[in-house]
Amino acid sequence: MIEQEANQPRRGSAALDEARLRQQAIGVRLRQMFDDVVNEPIPDEFLDILRKADRRAAEKG
Amino acid sequence: MAARDAPRSDRESKDDEAFKRELVTLIPHLRAFARTLAGDPSSADDLAQDAMVKAWDARASFQMGTNMKAWTFMILRNQFYSEKRRSWRQTQLDQESAERTLVAVDDPEAPVALDELRLGLRMLPAEQREALILVGAGGFAYEEAAEICGCAVGTVKSRVSRARRALHAVLDAGAYDRDGGAAGDAMRAILADAERLSTVR
Repeated sequence: MIEQEANQPRRGSAALDEARLRQQAIGVRLRQMFDDVVNEPIPDEFLDILRKADRRAAEKG
Repeated sequence: MAARDAPRSDRESKDDEAFKRELVTLIPHLRAFARTLAGDPSSADDLAQDAMVKAWDARASFQMGTNMKAWTFMILRNQFYSEKRRSWRQTQLDQESAERTLVAVDDPEAPVALDELRLGLRMLPAEQREALILVGAGGFAYEEAAEICGCAVGTVKSRVSRARRALHAVLDAGAYDRDGGAAGDAMRAILADAERLSTVR
């Protein structure tokens, strides 16, 4: 998308392109920040809690 | 698989199994979302665990095949805000915690750019921050984010665009010093400008 825009004739739009690029860079970093946590291994605690909850459900019936 | 002698019906336990499998795949996302709401990683994990248990307890009210990610995010968000209301200690303005963060963030391992982004995010009003994170990082459509936040689609769109502008302004201002008050004041001024500009139509 950005490439397309860069290939278009410039009508004083350099500043606009620049702003778009920077906005995109923020977007990339934002996703990176989020994905860094998503990619962490799940702490055992979470699965333990879920196992216990499941057992409770099974017992309650 | 040898069925345990559970008193539940087969259908029920099969549904539970499917629900649990999907819930487990969502844990990493719940953790990431919680991390953006709660101040530190350990209270974020507490929040994500509470939300996970709430989701599990409410599984009967979830319709399989609909968007479980949005549903669990909504649970997590509600959990966060109801805890926040209950706890008098967390009633300080986000601004104040942002200023503490400005001082506290000093991890040499963390890439500077990410640090700045985190600080910038902390300076945003909470509703702008969550809208931007849901749409910009969580991969939700505006409609889904609106459902999660319990507001109109147009409201989400305007929050996201304000958040983008404000963040842009903060990061553009670049190298602010990290010794607390002064940096906080500078950021506030930048944000006020960004907010003013973004309300001009």
